[in-house]
Amino acid sequence: MERSRLVFSGSGGQGVITAAIILAKAAAIFENKHAIQSQSYGAAARGGSTRSDVIIDDAQIYFPKVTQPNILISLTQESYNTFAPIIRPGGLLLVDSKYVTIEKKVDARHIALPMFDTVMKNIGNAIVFNICMLGTLIGISELINPESIIKVLGRTIPEEFMEMNKKALALGLEMGKSAG
Amino acid sequence: MKDKEHIRFLQGNEACVEGALYAGIDFFAGYPITPSTEIMEHLASRLPQKGGKFIQMEDEIASMGAIIGASLTGKKVMTATSGPGFSLKQEALGYACMAEIPCVIANVQRGGPSTGNPTHVSQGDVNQAKWGTHGDHAIIALTASNHQDVFNITVEAFNMAETYRTPVIILLDEVIGHMREKLVIPEPGEITVVERLRTSVQKGVDYHPYLPREDGRLPMSDFGGEHRYNVTGLFHDMWGFPNNNPKVVSELLRHLMEKIETNVNNINMYKEYWLEDAEYILVSYGSSARSAIHLARNRRARGFKIGVLELQTLWPFPADMVREKCAGAKAIVVVEMNMGQVVTQVKNAVDHPNKVFLANRVDGELISPSNIKTLLRMIQGKGV
Amino acid sequence: MTKPAFNFKDYIRPRFFPHLWCPGCGHGIVLGSLLRAVHELGLDKNEIVITSGIGCSSRISGYVDFHSLHTIHGRALTFATGVKLSKPNLKAIVPMGDGDALAIGGNHFIHAARRNIDITAIVMNNRIYGMTGGQFSPLSGSGKKATTAPYSTIDRNFDVVELAKSAGATFVARSTVYHANECKDFLKQAISHKGFSVVEILTQCPTYYGRKNKEGDAIQMMEGYKTNTAKIGSKRLESNPHLIQRGIFVEDTTVPEYCEAYDKIIETAMKGKA
Repeated sequence: MERSRLVFSGSGGQGVITAAIILAKAAAIFENKHAIQSQSYGAAARGGSTRSDVIIDDAQIYFPKVTQPNILISLTQESYNTFAPIIRPGGLLLVDSKYVTIEKKVDARHIALPMFDTVMKNIGNAIVFNICMLGTLIGISELINPESIIKVLGRTIPEEFMEMNKKALALGLEMGKSAG
Repeated sequence: MKDKEHIRFLQGNEACVEGALYAGIDFFAGYPITPSTEIMEHLASRLPQKGGKFIQMEDEIASMGAIIGASLTGKKVMTATSGPGFSLKQEALGYACMAEIPCVIANVQRGGPSTGNPTHVSQGDVNQAKWGTHGDHAIIALTASNHQDVFNITVEAFNMAETYRTPVIILLDEVIGHMREKLVIPEPGEITVVERLRTSVQKGVDYHPYLPREDGRLPMSDFGGEHRYNVTGLFHDMWGFPNNNPKVVSELLRHLMEKIETNVNNINMYKEYWLEDAEYILVSYGSSARSAIHLARNRRARGFKIGVLELQTLWPFPADMVREKCAGAKAIVVVEMNMGQVVTQVKNAVDHPNKVFLANRVDGELISPSNIKTLLRMIQGKGV
Repeated sequence: MTKPAFNFKDYIRPRFFPHLWCPGCGHGIVLGSLLRAVHELGLDKNEIVITSGIGCSSRISGYVDFHSLHTIHGRALTFATGVKLSKPNLKAIVPMGDGDALAIGGNHFIHAARRNIDITAIVMNNRIYGMTGGQFSPLSGSGKKATTAPYSTIDRNFDVVELAKSAGATFVARSTVYHANECKDFLKQAISHKGFSVVEILTQCPTYYGRKNKEGDAIQMMEGYKTNTAKIGSKRLESNPHLIQRGIFVEDTTVPEYCEAYDKIIETAMKGKA
């Protein structure tokens, strides 16, 4: 497999970092791949732009930072504006159409989807926005098996929230597949 | 799913916690400080689950005092901190050296001096780990570049603390502490765990807490046990009583140094990559070693004779090993994130110090493979 | 079986003597009171850990035949906290000087009190740094002479009893070395008390404090403790309310002790895991 370098970006509270961790964890534990997740730290606990880097590869990963992502996810306009210029030419740029207006200034495959609105319409709880986003990403890129995401969720979240998360993942997958 | 529970995906700080638990930690005292706080947070929840004790103290000094007190009751103890907190702990750390108290101190390095760059990486505390507390003393400091190794060196830190009756410093850095990667937790027994060596002297027979055995080791007796003795930070005799007789002072100081320095080969841990025919050797440790290995792997693929010597034991500095490994190199590049701390040791160790160069980065960002490559090109006279 | 009569030799380490205190120093009386208290309580020497910091008073730990931990300046309570929390069945006694306990160690003092960890803190208050040669301490008070206050101190002093009370100590008492039996009784109660206990004992330093402040020799200073103090609730205090108060100021058994509270945390954590 080609090395995947992802940057997840958005604002604090959107679950961007959690999503990055879940993806990397799923790849590392359940798909026997090498994966690394890191994030930028600031002094403030909430708000502001957040960024989390994920690298997934069959080979050992040494340098853990992403300088040029081939996949960039931006869930706010601010993070889109900040990080779009670093994407690898021809890379995948996934944004939420509610929050981000695309300004196709960079050479990338732009995909804007109504992930947030879909979650709110079908589930009505913004807490699984990030899981829907992961589903969409996997639907487009086939990075990993979605089952692995469910296995990770099974390890970490209470049983009563599983259904809601599975549904959000499925909604995303569907959207991603048709967009991809 | 249960079958994969020993495979974890976690932060380096958590890998350190897992290592400590594997080694049998009983007691942790600490004070919150970035970027080490996750160590104390996880132990706050994990220690009581196994009947261990966790206490958040009023400051860094208090945390260091508390673990020394707990160690004397026979417990395996640890504290964790970063830059400013490591500075604050130094006096009590020296006490643990002098009174020969087994304890482990994790310092997840951030940018300094002073409050510095709390959420960013640095390796600026290497020399402080050795010389932070006043007076001549020996110390053990270990480091690692990935989570499996963080786990291993943490177990070894506890082992060495018990074996040599000394504080052992785990020098992580912000990148390693915070990034997440896989850790496979070994089965019990897979890695040796050294337990405390307790005295076999029976009740009523004189026990000398500070009289080394033939093999140099000092069996301990727990506070609360049958042997009542004195522990002090003053120079002391075999009973632990303060004594400034010149002979006692000199012998104790030499003992404190020699018990570590003469065991440098037993304490030394390192890894090597492609050294056998390497003309260029990168010497590195911690997160910067990841960049060094990354670069070397890429250059090797293009036929460039380059290798990496990754140090895991920084103190006592393994000078003989470094000299041997670097003997045939055209150039030795020390890759570290400070103004040149390990590079000084390497220059002292090798036969031709003029072949030793420093590739560093001190802006709070992880040094990258291309940063190192730039320097390599300059050494080779290729320009940049 | 009747308890054998008190013999101080049963409780000291003769190898460590003679002690380093000056002739006329009050610290030996504190030592005597402490050993008598331990004897009368019938404690096993193996169950006592005495932890001290740095200074004249702190040398007391080496002289006694208990587990003894002579630590660094001001931090004795932190080491004792580690000892006590890791092995709560041990009795933790921490003798400190006034500078040790309340200048460099002031933060640890209030936090140990706040936690209500079962440690007996003895503040041997001679109002001066003796070992370093007579500098003023946070208990000297204003208008006193010291090597570092040649023109007199302008620093106010802490009131140890009030400080301990407001920091949350659950047993607080004060006595003086003139009242050696009272000291012993207070120490017995403090050691038996489950929680953080503070006993302030006024003890003379004729060498530095006495000379600098023209308070006379040891005997005169001890007589000062007799005339300048009064027991709380006494008629003498009622008629002379400005006298230094002696007695037990706080004895509260309703506050959870820290190690016991932590045992409950362990219970909860173990259940949560199972």
